[in-house]
Amino acid sequence: MSTFQLEIQLVAAVVAAACALPGTFLILKRMAMMSDAISHAILPGIVIGFFLTGNLSSPLLILGGAAAGLLTVVLVEWIRKTDRVREDAAIGLVFSSLFAVGVILIARFASDVHLDTDAVLLGELAFVPFDRLEIAGYDLGPQALYATGGVGLLCMGFILLFYKELKLATFDGALCATLGFLPGVLHYALMGLVSMTAVAAFDAVGSILVVALMVGPPVSAYLVTNRFGHMILYSVALGITASILGYWVAHLFDASIAGCMAVMVGLQFAILFCVAPEQGLLAAWKRRRRQKWQFAIKMLVIHLLQHEATPEAEQECRIDHLQGHMAWEESFAQGVVTRAASQNLLHTVGEYLELTHTGRELAREAIVHS
Amino acid sequence: MVNAIEVRDLTVAYRERPVLWDIDLDVASGVLMAVVGPNGAGKTTLIKAILGLMKPAAGQVRILGKPYRNVASSVGYVPQRGTVDWDFPTSVLDVVLMGLYGRLGWIRRPGRSERKEAIAALEKVDMAGFAHRQISQLSGGQRQRVFLARALIQDARVYLMDEPLQGVDATTERAIIDILHSLRSSGKTVLVVHHDLQTVSTYFDEVLLLNVRRIASGPVSEAFTDTNLGLTYGGRIAIIKDAQ
Repeated sequence: MSTFQLEIQLVAAVVAAACALPGTFLILKRMAMMSDAISHAILPGIVIGFFLTGNLSSPLLILGGAAAGLLTVVLVEWIRKTDRVREDAAIGLVFSSLFAVGVILIARFASDVHLDTDAVLLGELAFVPFDRLEIAGYDLGPQALYATGGVGLLCMGFILLFYKELKLATFDGALCATLGFLPGVLHYALMGLVSMTAVAAFDAVGSILVVALMVGPPVSAYLVTNRFGHMILYSVALGITASILGYWVAHLFDASIAGCMAVMVGLQFAILFCVAPEQGLLAAWKRRRRQKWQFAIKMLVIHLLQHEATPEAEQECRIDHLQGHMAWEESFAQGVVTRAASQNLLHTVGEYLELTHTGRELAREAIVHS
Repeated sequence: MVNAIEVRDLTVAYRERPVLWDIDLDVASGVLMAVVGPNGAGKTTLIKAILGLMKPAAGQVRILGKPYRNVASSVGYVPQRGTVDWDFPTSVLDVVLMGLYGRLGWIRRPGRSERKEAIAALEKVDMAGFAHRQISQLSGGQRQRVFLARALIQDARVYLMDEPLQGVDATTERAIIDILHSLRSSGKTVLVVHHDLQTVSTYFDEVLLLNVRRIASGPVSEAFTDTNLGLTYGGRIAIIKDAQ
C-alpha cells in the first residue's frame, strides 16, 4: 500500500467518523433530510468565502459554509412557522434555492477554479493527497485531513462535553427547557456542527456522500442497539468500515471512491436490516415462526385435554384425525406432534396421542389465559 | 404564607388568537388542584406558560413568590406522554435520571448515588423491576409511571402534570392517585390537567374550570357547580350530570 493510498483511506475514515457524530442526532431528531439540505446549501457560503480569501483551503470557507448551513436551518424553521408550508416542502425550497445561488456564483465568477459542479456533487477523494499542508517547507500531509480531522475533533469534544444535555434536548426538549438547559442553543450549535462537518467533508467527498455518511451509519447503528451512547459509537465504527471497504472496492473495479463508499453504506444497512439481532427481518421471521409453532402446540394440547378420557378419545386423539379437525397438513401435524413430544408435553402410542402431566398443565394454563 | 402559584392577568395568544385570556389564579401551598375544560380550552398552554415554555402576551406568573427562572429546580413537570419519542434508544433508568439533570447542572454526569435515587423513585411507582428495560417496550401506563418517577426524583415543591391519567389502566390510575395524595400530605402543591369530570371531586381538593378564560376556581365543593360546568362546557354538561 502506497502512502497515497493510505492517506486517501485515512481521510475517508476521518470524514466518515466526523459525519456519523452529528448524523446520529439528526436521525434521532427525525431530521435526516436536514443533512441533505445543509450539505447543498453550504455551497454559496463556500463560494463567497472563496471570493473573500481567494484560497480554497482557507478555514474561512468552513465558517462561510457553516453560516450558510445555519441560514438554511433558520429559513426552514421560519417558513414552517408561518404554517403555510410544511417542513419537508420548506426544506426542499430553501436548500435548492441556496444551492442554485452557489452554482450560479461558480459559473459566473469562478469557472476557472477547481470549484466545478462535478466536484461539488461527488468530490474527488483520489485528489486529496495532492493538496498538501506545508508549514515552513515541511510537508504535514494532506490538507483535507486537517480540515476534516479538526471538525471531527470539534464534534467529538462537543458531544463528550454536553453528552447529557444533548441527550435530554433530543429526547425531551420541553423538560430540557424547564430545567434551564437552553435546547434552542444546543440545537443551533448542533446544526452549526452539521454545517461545518458538511463543508469540511464536502471538498473531499462531495455533497451526496456527506448525506450518505450522515444518515446511513446512524440508521444502521439504530438497528442493532437501543442505547444512545452505543448508537453513537457504532455509527462511527460503521462509517469508518464502509469508507475503507468502499475504497478497496473502488480500487478493485477502478470506480469512483465516493460512489463505492456510498454503496457500502447502503449495503451495510441492507445486511443489518436483514440480520440485526432483534429488529432484523430474519429475527422477526424467526419470532413469527416460533409463535406459529407454539400456538399450534397449544391448540393441540387443548384439543387433547378436552377429549381425553371421553368415549370418542380413540377417534379424536390421533395424528391422522388432526388433519381433518384442525385443518393441518399432514407434515405440519407431524411437526407439531414431534415438537410437542420433544417438549415432553405428550407421548405417542402408535397413532394415539397421550398428554403428559406437563402437557395437561400447559393446556389448562392456556385455557385460563385465553 | 406565599402562594405556591400566582398567575396575574395572563394572556397567551397564538398569532392574534387568544388561547388564554386574562387569567388570574392563586394556588395555595399543599393543594391538589385539577385543571378541567374542553379541548382547546388552553389547559396545556396554561402549564407551559407557568413553566415559561410559552411567552405570554401579557401578565405574569410567580411560583413560590418568585419568577419561574429563580425556582426552576423546585418545579417538577410531567409532560403529556405523547410529546416524546418512545423509540429513543434509552432505558427506563436513564429517563428517570433526567429528572436530576437540573440539580447536576451543566456537564456533570449522574453517578452511582444518582442511580440509587433513580431506583428509589422507580420503586415509588412500582417500576423498579423495569429499570433496565428499553423504553419502547413499555405500555402506556408504564410510560406514565416512568414520567412520574422522573418528576418525583426532582423532589420539587410544586408539580405541574399534563394529563397524567389520560389513557392509563385502572391499576396505574390508582397508583398515580395514591402518589398525588402522598405528595399533598408531604406539603407539595400539585396542579393536574384532568379530563375525567366524574373523578374530580373524589381525587382533588380544588379545581380550576378553564375555557380560554377562567370560569371558576377554588375548593371543589364551591367551584365545581352545575352552573360553572355549564359555562365551561356549554350544553354538553347535561350528559355528564345524568351519568353521575
